[in-house]
Amino acid sequence: MTVRTMADMMAQGETPEILFWVGCAGSFDQRAQKITKAFATILNKVGVSYAILGKEEACTGDPVRRAGNEFMFQMMAYQNIQILNGYGIKKIVTTCPHCFNTLKNEYPELGGHYEVIHHTTFLQQLIDEGKVKLKEGGSFKGKKITYHDSCYLGRANDIYEAPRKVLEALDAELVEMKRCRTKGLCCGAGGAQMFKEDEPGNKRINIERTEEALEVQPQVIAAACPFCNTMMTDGVKNKEKENDIEVLDVAEMIAASLAD
Amino acid sequence: MQILSQILFVAISAVAIWLFSKRAGQIRRNILLGKDEDFSNEPGKRWKNVLLLAFGQKKMFRNPTVAIMHFVLYAGFIIINLEVLEIVLDGALGTHRLFAAPLGGLYSFLINSFEFLAVGVVLFCIVFLVRRNVLKIKRFLSNDLNGWPRSDANYILITEIVLMGLFLTLNATDTLLQERGYGHYAEHPTGSFYFSSMLHPIFAGLSSEALVMIERVAWWAHIIGIFAFLNYLPYSKHLHILLAFPNAYYTRLEPQGKMKNMPEVQNEVLYAMQPELAPTDAAPPAHFGAKDVFELSWRNLMDAYSCTECGRCTSACPANQTGKLLSPRKIMMATRDRLEDVGKNINQNGSFVADGKTLLHDYISVEELRACTTCNACVEECPVSISPLEIITELRRSLIMEESNAPQEWNGMFSNTENNFAPWKFSPDDRDKWVAEMAS
Repeated sequence: MTVRTMADMMAQGETPEILFWVGCAGSFDQRAQKITKAFATILNKVGVSYAILGKEEACTGDPVRRAGNEFMFQMMAYQNIQILNGYGIKKIVTTCPHCFNTLKNEYPELGGHYEVIHHTTFLQQLIDEGKVKLKEGGSFKGKKITYHDSCYLGRANDIYEAPRKVLEALDAELVEMKRCRTKGLCCGAGGAQMFKEDEPGNKRINIERTEEALEVQPQVIAAACPFCNTMMTDGVKNKEKENDIEVLDVAEMIAASLAD
Repeated sequence: MQILSQILFVAISAVAIWLFSKRAGQIRRNILLGKDEDFSNEPGKRWKNVLLLAFGQKKMFRNPTVAIMHFVLYAGFIIINLEVLEIVLDGALGTHRLFAAPLGGLYSFLINSFEFLAVGVVLFCIVFLVRRNVLKIKRFLSNDLNGWPRSDANYILITEIVLMGLFLTLNATDTLLQERGYGHYAEHPTGSFYFSSMLHPIFAGLSSEALVMIERVAWWAHIIGIFAFLNYLPYSKHLHILLAFPNAYYTRLEPQGKMKNMPEVQNEVLYAMQPELAPTDAAPPAHFGAKDVFELSWRNLMDAYSCTECGRCTSACPANQTGKLLSPRKIMMATRDRLEDVGKNINQNGSFVADGKTLLHDYISVEELRACTTCNACVEECPVSISPLEIITELRRSLIMEESNAPQEWNGMFSNTENNFAPWKFSPDDRDKWVAEMAS
């Protein structure tokens, strides 16, 4: 199976329909790489015409901007927009809500205008159009799944239903945590918290969120963000529940349920 | 005697209105100390927000029980104030129940509905007092409210109960005097009102002269109480009853995830990358981010005056719920405190004289700012469209860009981003390593 880069496609005189923006977590983090691979598997299976930037991709600048380093953000944005515009990119799909938010909401006024779609929305479209076909009686059928809302998808961009619709396609039993949708509790990673120790307090945010998830006794905690995934995975390990509960990205669940 | 009371009434009204407008002018001046920000786009959507968020109190209905009680207080406040129009005219013209004759049956209906609301207001003010002082509700127990803010909330509730009590008392005594055919009361028959007539047994044993005395005292105390309340408002968290409306109009319409751009930094980077674009007379920006209220947007400052310290933001804040120092409500209260101190400074000195303090550090600490996950829960919760998050990120910008004040891990993340194009220390060459792994 191959994943082609924009540079490669351009050299062959081809233009892909969409750019798959992988993001730093999806590129480097071992756990998040699995999400990237799962999503690429789906794209290949469906036969979507896509490419990645490969080594030309750089951090969108989300964490540095939220930390307060606007200079660094503007530098990253400048570089990325130069490359994206250079390739004439029109449509971007990404598996990271932070990249999604920055590309969609913050690049336009810097000169980067693209149609940006989060992978959960994209997957929902593929399922609705019948392009993604799922196994009858897949491995998630009847399983108890709770979906953890990513702040950068939910409150930041009002996307609450797409990931849930995708999960419904798996014939699983969806259960909601007490705090969900607009009231969803953060995993604790946003605002560049991922990259530093917590401030003094009496609990880590991911533990608070994991405890809430455990209350509904799920078999799977579904996430749609590589950072939420890390935080919830750590939380489940901290509670020594990693043998009973899986933390999975929506894309991984679809990839594992694709019809042959 | 009548003319004296009219003069006294007009004088009291004039002083009350003069004091209020003076204070309102100061608040407006303080808000405008902030940086300019344009909100002239999409007026249609903005008016819709005024209807939904301010008049309709849409966000309050996230908790329907409290929302209904709050709505009665609010409707009571707005609608009963229609009665104040008659009271003011009566006071100034020396008339009594001016609208009773021309409105006839409608008048009776109106006063009955005002009384119904007044009883609702009294009832729910008591419920709110209990919620604040007896029930252990976390957002009201919070240390944020220690001292004046906690008393402020109670004073308002008690004042409302007293005002409504006076309104019912003056109606009860008036209608009792009508029944007795006493003096000019008999000349303005309105018939008894449903709720205030329930108070008749209390007053029935009193002489008519005593009733007149009580009616007059209640009438004067009611209107003076309203004027006092008007002038208390701008010093209180209760200012939200006025500012909720402009705050709804100026609600940020972009997706909540979007951070405010800094065009001055954008240009600096652009000129560094493409020097040919740089104008020869480009002046470097005076400051980056906000260290004090002057560098926040006027919108942030109006937010601070609109905050009613309800604490919905803080009880939704993941940092606060896990014991961190950050409380979005406290961010808003600190911003208002700073702005008030700056305002007093201007009142004293004519213009602002540096006092060696800034919003950042003296009112809001680094530890609070560092705890924020930018999750937007506070912004989502606020019934009056306040964004504590925008203040937090503006102060963070100042910390990093003005003071280079960052935790060591963040400095590492900055240099990784700069050198490796990712927040972690990975080689950029490995960015597409997963592709090779997939192929194999």
